[in-house]
Amino acid sequence: MYTLGIDIGSTTSKAVILKDGEEMLASSIVIATVGTDGVTQVIRNVLDESGIKEEEIGCTVATGYGRQTYEGADYQVSELSCHALGIHHVFPGARTVIDIGGQDAKVLSLNEQGRMVNFVMNDKCAAGTGRFLDVMANILKLDISELETEAAKAEKVASISSTCTVFAESEVISQLASGTAIPDLVAGICQSVAVRVASLAKRVGIRADVCMSGGVAKNGGVREAMARELGVEILHDENAQLMGALGAALYGWDKVKSVG
Amino acid sequence: MGEEVKKKSRPAPDPNSAKYKLGQIAAKAYTDAIEAKARGEMVGWCASNFPVEIPETLGLTVCYPENQAAGIAARGGGERMCNEAEGEGYSNDICAYARISLAYMKLKSAPEQDMPQPDFVLCCNNICNCMIKWYENISKELNIPMYIIDIPFNPDYEVSEDEVEYIREQFWDVIHQLEDYTGKKWSDERFKEVMQYSGRASRLWVEATSQAKYVPSPFNGFDLLNHMAVMVTARGKKEAGDAMETLLKEYKENHEKGESTFRAEEKYRIMFEGIACWPWLRVTSTGLKSRGINMVTTIYADAFGFIYDDFDGMCRAYANVPNSMNLEHSRDKRVKLCKANHVEGLLVHTNRSCKLWSGFMPEMSRQIGEACGIPVVSFDGDQADPRNFSEAQYDTRVQGLMELMEGNKGGK
Repeated sequence: MYTLGIDIGSTTSKAVILKDGEEMLASSIVIATVGTDGVTQVIRNVLDESGIKEEEIGCTVATGYGRQTYEGADYQVSELSCHALGIHHVFPGARTVIDIGGQDAKVLSLNEQGRMVNFVMNDKCAAGTGRFLDVMANILKLDISELETEAAKAEKVASISSTCTVFAESEVISQLASGTAIPDLVAGICQSVAVRVASLAKRVGIRADVCMSGGVAKNGGVREAMARELGVEILHDENAQLMGALGAALYGWDKVKSVG
Repeated sequence: MGEEVKKKSRPAPDPNSAKYKLGQIAAKAYTDAIEAKARGEMVGWCASNFPVEIPETLGLTVCYPENQAAGIAARGGGERMCNEAEGEGYSNDICAYARISLAYMKLKSAPEQDMPQPDFVLCCNNICNCMIKWYENISKELNIPMYIIDIPFNPDYEVSEDEVEYIREQFWDVIHQLEDYTGKKWSDERFKEVMQYSGRASRLWVEATSQAKYVPSPFNGFDLLNHMAVMVTARGKKEAGDAMETLLKEYKENHEKGESTFRAEEKYRIMFEGIACWPWLRVTSTGLKSRGINMVTTIYADAFGFIYDDFDGMCRAYANVPNSMNLEHSRDKRVKLCKANHVEGLLVHTNRSCKLWSGFMPEMSRQIGEACGIPVVSFDGDQADPRNFSEAQYDTRVQGLMELMEGNKGGK
């Protein structure tokens, strides 16, 4: 039985096809979301990659910001529960999940069965989210994927103290003007995200294993800063950005099984 | 060419229903004030937790700016009025009720809800301290007197006799000042009557809201957000008690017949914490109802229970309103409501307008969650400024809360 999970986020659309709730046959990430052909594209990509026909999909589950507007889903589930399911599948020992996406940051607490038992999310401010990193990378004329390698070159982490994205932008420009090295600034930017999200995580309570998911988890600079802030090892999977879609596909498999 | 859309006509409201009676009382508060002003009588603007018994006993007509601001915001005028106030130099960070009220003071008209300009203002800081500056500005701008009763935040669990004495002396001082300014006279007999009306309305309100103890609840908790307008503006009037009696009767009948004003299957029961997000009332309500989540209680169920037997009791009651109580007392009242009404989750409105209320909610809600063994989820919003709310963020948090409650029931 094949199940399809689609995570329609604020900046990207992700899809995963699972076979029997175990084997990931195909996955895709498209940088386009609600209101574009991003969702259609990402579904086409996983169907093409897996060679499976749409009618062979036993259950489709949508999650993410655009979950309500996608009409092709059998179920829609919040990205909170989907990230919990996805992470638990990959890291069964995970008890705390830090998911930083394009426009929000979430910290989930999981029980031994992998069920989400508590969560906190950021307030309406963009600081501590992927959008913050996008804005900062843009100022520094770097691609978002370059932040990790730049941060690794830092000799001294620059202090970015503003909690507001717009003010932090001014702060970065000001530090650039006064000659702060770009790697030091990038490390400071990563540190800023980590500090912000770590304070959320402390509200839920940190229990090992601590895992990161979402697009920002791919950034080693943020992961390392988070590990320093929380004083714990941060686990992540190379498919961290796909955890929501994976969780959605797993939810679909669970539903198929329970229906029989 | 467009085609005419035939709207379904709504059935005429039943004039004997509580909804109709309560709506009429709330609306009459404004028309009475407009008519009084037209007759040349003095009209005051009054804080919602100012002792309404004082103007009512003196026979003074007052309007409630907080109630007006909520009405303007609920009908879509919040952003326009906030922009107007900000253009006058008021910070975006201050309470949106204050901004709307200060804008109204300048514009003197709002299509959403008009009320007459004041001849005096009655302020009480038992609800917040922003109110003092808000009312001071009105007083200075319009060159009218401001009468203030200082009821400071109470760090102790109970109201002390010293505090009662401090408040009692101020009550009498304000009464005498109002007598001098308006020419009206205090009557102990009339006060006893008003006290009885206020007590009756309060007891019936508390009993009506306590009908949520039944599962399913005989009412949708969002009803309370509308009905409480009468408890704010008219709790000292006889007709308020009459309408509350009807409300209680209806809720009891609903329970007996297995009916409810919650028009969906009640799958989950939550407490809603904070002032309503008036500009987004439909969105916040639908986000719950569509998932079978009934907001069965709120602190308002307790907050407008002004029940006392004498003047000192009244002083004590006004020192015991939600925003002047310490955290432990506030928590215990909410825990009691959660347990009495079989609440399964707590949804907290982090209200950008109300720094006091929202400021102590993270810790209080954590303690409530622990005491009741229920999940707690918060969302950002505002009581009257629509710019401080994101529908998508609200929806994700509410769905997350539902999934936590479902998990607690043993489902997936």
